[in-house]
Amino acid sequence: MDFSLSEEQRMLKDSAARFVKKECQFEQRREQMRSPLGYSDEQWAKMAELGWLCIPFSEKYDGLGGSFVDVMVLLEELGKGLMVEPWLSTVILGGRLVEMLGTEQQKQDVIPEVCGGQMKLALAYSEVGVRHQLTNISMGAKPKGDGFVLNGEKVLVLSGQAADQLIVVARTGGKAGDEHGLTAFLVDPNAKGVTLSGYTTVDGYRAANITFNNVQVPDSAVVGGVEGSALNSLQVVMNEAILAVGAEAVGVMDLLYQATLEYTKTRKQFGVPIGKFQVLQHRLVDVFMQCEQSRSVLLMAVLHYVEDFKESKKSICGLKVQVGKSGRQVGQEAIQLHGGMGMTDELNVGYYFKRLTCIDALFGNVDFHLARYAALV
Amino acid sequence: MNLTIGSKYQEFREKIQEFIRENLTDDIREAGRLATSVFAEPKRAMAWQKILHKQGWVAPHWPKQFGGTGWDVVERSIFAQECLKANAPPLIPMSLLMCGPCIIGYGTEEQKAEYLPKILSGEDFWCQGYSEPGAGSDLASLQTFAESDGDDYIVNGTKIWTTYAQYANKMFCLVRTSREGKPQAGITFLLLDMNTPGITVEPIIGLDQVHEQNTVFFDNVRVPKVNRIGKENDGWSVAKYLLMFERGGQEYAPALHFQLAGVRNIAEQVYVAGSSIWQDPFFKRKYCELEIEISALEFTENRIKSALTNGQNPGPEASMTKIRGTEITQAITELALEAAGEFALPLQVDVIEPGSKDVSVVPEFAQTVMPKYLNARATSIYGGSNEVQRGIIAKMVLGL
Repeated sequence: MDFSLSEEQRMLKDSAARFVKKECQFEQRREQMRSPLGYSDEQWAKMAELGWLCIPFSEKYDGLGGSFVDVMVLLEELGKGLMVEPWLSTVILGGRLVEMLGTEQQKQDVIPEVCGGQMKLALAYSEVGVRHQLTNISMGAKPKGDGFVLNGEKVLVLSGQAADQLIVVARTGGKAGDEHGLTAFLVDPNAKGVTLSGYTTVDGYRAANITFNNVQVPDSAVVGGVEGSALNSLQVVMNEAILAVGAEAVGVMDLLYQATLEYTKTRKQFGVPIGKFQVLQHRLVDVFMQCEQSRSVLLMAVLHYVEDFKESKKSICGLKVQVGKSGRQVGQEAIQLHGGMGMTDELNVGYYFKRLTCIDALFGNVDFHLARYAALV
Repeated sequence: MNLTIGSKYQEFREKIQEFIRENLTDDIREAGRLATSVFAEPKRAMAWQKILHKQGWVAPHWPKQFGGTGWDVVERSIFAQECLKANAPPLIPMSLLMCGPCIIGYGTEEQKAEYLPKILSGEDFWCQGYSEPGAGSDLASLQTFAESDGDDYIVNGTKIWTTYAQYANKMFCLVRTSREGKPQAGITFLLLDMNTPGITVEPIIGLDQVHEQNTVFFDNVRVPKVNRIGKENDGWSVAKYLLMFERGGQEYAPALHFQLAGVRNIAEQVYVAGSSIWQDPFFKRKYCELEIEISALEFTENRIKSALTNGQNPGPEASMTKIRGTEITQAITELALEAAGEFALPLQVDVIEPGSKDVSVVPEFAQTVMPKYLNARATSIYGGSNEVQRGIIAKMVLGL
């Protein structure tokens, strides 16, 4: 049992930390969040250059063949810089799905482009009433000629506006609730009948609702070529996304804890730094312990996944529960201990707090994953 | 980064399992099953200590030259886990975990030669004289005074919460030898014989109706100065050394997983209107939340072990295991109470004595639920209350 980072992982951590310090200053970030694009293309290109878009992909498709330990190391650091770039949607939700489910041709077409930063992806799976239970997906894809016709609406498609290619999950068989019948399609966002309505989420990230009105796609758009059997790969991708946002959340919590601790050492009230008050000290200790516990569960979930333990699915649910609960406590305490300043748009603390709040809602919240965990006990 | 446990550890584990299978008797096992606190029934705990001593495994955490096993941190953890799984009673900690390390760290060669072998063999039974009626979490305010008189000290004062003083023939204690300077500066670490004239032991019955604790009165008790560990007025260093020794040595998570599984066992056997408590989703949710909390602690402890194995100092996470370990312990006993429901209510102190012939009015699985719940309230008070622990972390880790 060894929790130390390899030489390469230490270098990755250092370079990500340097990147965050240099390129992701808060004021700069806030500007980017408010720009029409919602992030910086320049930064995206730098991330590609640094190899951060190709970490989890096989070397066969220009990837680095890295593990989720590497992903964890990267995301924890990038989380501290409020990573608004479409990394999660492109690399994990889109890229990893194509790598797992796609045909050889699709992998060769998509993944090298993703690795190089030329192609951004978004995964359109959620619908009103789906709530992370993928079998609830009901949007239909009907066979027509040498392809399919898609009709329906997808909601909260993360980084939907940025995507060069959409991956749309629809039913080619069965009905809502069935495990069989889910198919993923590669869809051009500019195709006839696709209407994208983009918006900003409270944490400054971007998402879109997308309607599909008689959108025609060829047979070759079916990811993997075989219809009706996308569920398993989708579930794996969701689990990988939880590992990624779990690592991001740990980074965000660490930043909030450090920032709050520093603040209580300098902010004076009643003639003393407020960190001298025992009631605040004990609450800060609880925040510290929440951060450490989240880090521990993250390590458990990542290593169980990487080493293919039989408890892996349970550990991933446990991670989402832990970061959901810890995130809420760490975030809320950070605002409370910053007092009125914590309530402002001027201070970065609120942005990290909102990010943690959103992360809990993504890919299933505390309640959702507790129920799923319980089913595995 | 990996979770691989080398194959040498698998062999080690099998060796331990085989030994326990062949040597742990049902009678001793009963003391483990019925233990309601970290202090098992002493007769059987000492019998188990003698068996381990014969094998040379009684003090795995001691340096090898003084009777330790030379096992690494992973092997020690495996040994503890296997003892737990087999329901072996925990060894009485005062001698092996507390007094022994102080003598190893600060004792003279003569003191080591005199005391350590008898600690290992169990011939001496030690109790700990730290707390006083006026000195609990603020230990340094202790007032029991040791007046110098030639080659002796004359000790006067009172010690309290002295676990198992009624069985002990020896005590290690902190006494005041000076009232000058900071309170910590005038404290001395003394060893004494419980049979010395002037010592009176009075029982304190706990809220679980069990006699674990005592008050010990000292009335002009004459203690030879050769029984002092470390220098006069330097007892605080010895006490702190013990705390350091304890840190990273104790693992909570394996025992907590084991205890939580026990709660499931209860919940599966209690039926209400045809379905078990275990099938109640509300109950199960609480169970799962606790399991996740234990996993968080388990991997925190794994991080500490990994650092120690790599020859590094554990990070700040090492400071939180006492708080989390005891908070979760309490939560587990609480959940067991909820599972057992009214089965937990009858007061049956004698039934849970190992070897008792008394007939229980509740199913066996429910017998220790209430005593454990009651006794576990102490876990966040002893060893430096959890509030004191938070204060220490605030100062040492957070720099507040």
